Amino acid sequence: MKKNLNGKIAIIFGVLLVCLYGIFGLPKGVTGAALQAAITERIHLGLDLRGGAHLILQVVVNDAVNAETDNTVARIQQDLPVAKITFGSVLKPDPAMPQMIRILGADPAKSGDVRNELSNRYGAEYDVTGGGPDGTWTLTMKPTQLTDLQTRTVDQTIDTIRDRVDKLGVSEPVIQKYGLGENQILVELPGVDDPDRVRDIIQSTSRLEVHEVAGNSAGYASEQEALTSLGGAVPPDQMLLHGDSQGLASDGQDHIFLVKRVSIVGGKDFRDASAIAANDTGRQGVNFVLTNNGGERFYDYTSAHIGSYMAIVLGDRVKNVAVIKGAIRDNGQIEGQFSKEQIDALSFTLRTGALPASLVEKEVRTVGPSLGADSIKQGVIAAIAGMLAVMAFMLFYYRGSGINADLALFLNLVILLGFMGFSHATLTLPGIAGVILTIGMGVDSNVLIFERIREEIRAGKGPAQAVDQGFAHAWITIVDTHVTTIVSAAILFMFGTGPVKGFAVTLVFGLLANLFTAVFVSRVIFDSHVNHKLAGQKLSI
Amino acid sequence: MELFRNVNVDWLGKKWYFLGFSLIFSVAGIISMGVHWAQIGSPVPLGVDFRGGTQVQVQFQNAPDVNGIRRATEAAGIKDAHIVAYDQAEKREMLISLPEQSDEVTVDAGRKQIVDALHASYNNPFTVRNVQAVGPTVGKQLEKQAGLATLYSLLGMLVYLWFRFELIYGVAAVVAVFHDTLITVGFFALTNQEISLTVIAAILTLVGYSMNDTIVVFDRIRENLRLTRREGLTDVVNRSINQTLSRTVLTSGLTFLTVLALYLFGGQVLHGFSFALVVGILIGTYSSIAVAAPMLVAYQDWRASKGKAAVLPAAKRTKA
Repeated sequence: MKKNLNGKIAIIFGVLLVCLYGIFGLPKGVTGAALQAAITERIHLGLDLRGGAHLILQVVVNDAVNAETDNTVARIQQDLPVAKITFGSVLKPDPAMPQMIRILGADPAKSGDVRNELSNRYGAEYDVTGGGPDGTWTLTMKPTQLTDLQTRTVDQTIDTIRDRVDKLGVSEPVIQKYGLGENQILVELPGVDDPDRVRDIIQSTSRLEVHEVAGNSAGYASEQEALTSLGGAVPPDQMLLHGDSQGLASDGQDHIFLVKRVSIVGGKDFRDASAIAANDTGRQGVNFVLTNNGGERFYDYTSAHIGSYMAIVLGDRVKNVAVIKGAIRDNGQIEGQFSKEQIDALSFTLRTGALPASLVEKEVRTVGPSLGADSIKQGVIAAIAGMLAVMAFMLFYYRGSGINADLALFLNLVILLGFMGFSHATLTLPGIAGVILTIGMGVDSNVLIFERIREEIRAGKGPAQAVDQGFAHAWITIVDTHVTTIVSAAILFMFGTGPVKGFAVTLVFGLLANLFTAVFVSRVIFDSHVNHKLAGQKLSI
Repeated sequence: MELFRNVNVDWLGKKWYFLGFSLIFSVAGIISMGVHWAQIGSPVPLGVDFRGGTQVQVQFQNAPDVNGIRRATEAAGIKDAHIVAYDQAEKREMLISLPEQSDEVTVDAGRKQIVDALHASYNNPFTVRNVQAVGPTVGKQLEKQAGLATLYSLLGMLVYLWFRFELIYGVAAVVAVFHDTLITVGFFALTNQEISLTVIAAILTLVGYSMNDTIVVFDRIRENLRLTRREGLTDVVNRSINQTLSRTVLTSGLTFLTVLALYLFGGQVLHGFSFALVVGILIGTYSSIAVAAPMLVAYQDWRASKGKAAVLPAAKRTKA
C-alpha cells in the first residue's frame, strides 16, 4: 500500500514537471522577465489578446475562370481557320457565366467537322453542344474542371499571400481556407495593427515584366555613370532601374540599367514558371510560360529583335539581362550562371508573383496591441482574484482538506496550460471562458467528493473507509458530468470555428486535467494523509 | 463548518411557483425579443460581428464629446454614424459605428472615412484601438454555424445521457439547458445589450455549467432509486435534491464568485461575456432543481395517468 502510494506520488510529480516544461520550455533564467518571455514563446495568444489583424478575403475565382476561357477563345479563333472552318465570331455570351464560350455562325455545312474539331481539341475540358442550322456552338467548362480550377485558384492565392506575409516577417501567421464561405481565405496576422499596410502588401499585384534594354547590357555602376553616358538626361521613353549585376562577374553590388519604359510582356502575360534541370553545358535556367496573348506579342517582338538584350524585371528590380537568341512564343527560358537557390527563388517569385485572381475583403478586424494587453491584464487579474477567493473559501470551509482541493486546483491549471503549450493551441478570450468553466468544474469535483466523505463520516464510518466510499460514489457523478461536457466540447471543436473552437480547446484540455487531479491526485493526497493518521484521529474536513 | 445539514425541503411541492417564475422570465424575454424583432429584425441587439458593418474604437488624448465627433463625421459626409462613449469616462474612448455597407467591396472604407473625418475636423489627437469591419454574409455564416454547432453539441449530450440514464433524463436536461439559454438571451434583450461572439462563448459555458449541475442531481436520483425501491419518485427526487443541496450551493456560489470577479475586474471587453455568465449561473443552478427534476416526476405522473406501468425511469443498471 505504502509503496504503491509512492509510485503514484512519483507519477504526479512527473506530470507536474512535464507540464511545467510545456508551459515554460527551458527558460533562460528564473527572473520574472525570462519566465514571461518563455511563456509567451510556448503559449500562443490569439489576436484578441495579442493584437493584430484578422481578414476574411473572398477570392474572385471568376477572374481565373475568365483568364482560362479568354485563352480558349483565342485558341479557337486560331484553330478553326487552320481546320478550314469559317465562322462569324467567338465570344462569351454571359458575364455571369464566365465558363461559357459561344461560337456564332460556324459553317452549317461542316457541322460534323466542327464537332470533331471542337471535341478533339477541347472535349477534355469542355462540354460541346450545338450545331443547328444557324451554326451556333456552345462550349461549357465541365463542372469538375471548373471546381478544380477554383480550388487551384484559391490554393494559389493562399500560397501567394503566405509568401508575401513571410517576406514581411510576420511571425505565426494563419493563412488558410475559411470553412464557412465558398472560396474564402482567412488571414490572421498577429502584431500587425495597421490594416492599410497589411492590405497593400497582401493584395498588391507584384509584377514580373520583360523590358527592352536600351543602354549598356551589363548595366552601370551608379546612376551618375548612367546619366553621364546619356549626356545628362534619361530619354522620355526610357527609365533607370536598379538591379543585380550580371554574368560571371557577379559581385553582389547594385547596378543600374537603362530600359524602355513600356514592357514587352508583363504581369498577367505570365502563366507559370518552373526550374529546369541543368543542361549539358552546365547552365541552369528557369522555364516560363506566357499566356496566348502574351506569347503572341513576345513572338512578334523577339523575332524582330534577335541579338538585342532584354531585362527581366521583378518588382521594379532587374533580375536578369539576357540576349535574345531566337524567336520565342509562349514558352521560354531564362538562362544564366545561377545557383540552384537563386533559380528556386526566382521561379518561386515568378509563380507566386502575381495573384491568380483579385480579392474582395469580407471582414477586417484589427485589435491594437494595447487593447489586447489590457484584455490580458484584466482577464488575468480577474481569473487570479476569482481563484484566490475560491481557494480561500475552500480552506475555510473544508479546513485541512481544503489544502487538498487547492493543490488539485492549482495542478489543474498547470496541466491545462501545459497542454496548451505542447499542442500549440491558441489561447483566446473565449478560451479564457473555457478556463473559467474548468475551474468551476474542478471545484465542483472536489466539493462533490468532500460532501460525500462528510456524509460517510456522518454515517459513522472511519476516515479510511469514508474516503474510500466517498470517492467511489462521487466518481460516477464526476465521470458523467465530465464525459457529457467533453462530448459537447468535442462536437463544438469539430463543427465550430473561431471563438467557438477556442472555447472548446481549453475546455477539453481543462476537463481532462480535471479528471486527473480530482480523481487521482486528490485521492493520493487523502490516502497519504490517512496513512499517517493514528487510529481514532479525525479527518480534517 | 457546514451549511445545510439534514435539509428537508419539499421542492416538488413548490413546482407551481417554479413554473410561474420560469414562465414570467421566459415570457418577458420572448416579448422583449419580439419587440426587438419588430424594430431591428433580430430578436436581440447583435454585435457588429454578427450584424455586419463597421465599428471603430478610438482613444482620444483629451476628453472627447459626442457632438463634436458627430459634427466632424457629418462634415465628411458620413451618415448614420452611431457614436457612444465606451468604458469609463477617464479612458476617453469612443465607439463609432457605421451600419452595414451595401457595397461589399468597400468593407474597410468605413474605417478610413471615420479616421479621415476625425483627422480633418476634430481637433483631438487619437489612436485607433480596435476596428471591426464585417460584411453581411460573413456575419450570417457565423451566426448559422455557431447555432448549428450548439445544436449538435446538445444532441450529443442528449445521446450520452440516454445511454447512461434513460431518454427522459436526457430530454429533461436538454430542456433545462434550453430554458437557461432562453432566459439569459432574454436578459440581453430586456437590458438592450449586444450579443457578440464572446457572449456566444459565455452562453456555451453556461450550457456546460447547467448540464453539469443537472447531472449531479440526476446521478443522485439514480443512486437513490437503486437503493430504495419502495419510496415514491417524488420523495426520492426531493431527497436527492436535498442531499446534493449543500454541494449545489457551494459549487454555484464559488463559480459565481469567479464570474463576479470577471464581471467586476474584467473590464469593458469582457462585460457582455461576464454578464451572460452572472445571469447564466444563477439560472443554471435554479433550473437543475426547478425544471429538470420536476420534469422527471411530471413524466412519471403522466405515464401513470395513461394507465401504464409505473416504471421508475431510472431502472437501468449501471456498473461501478
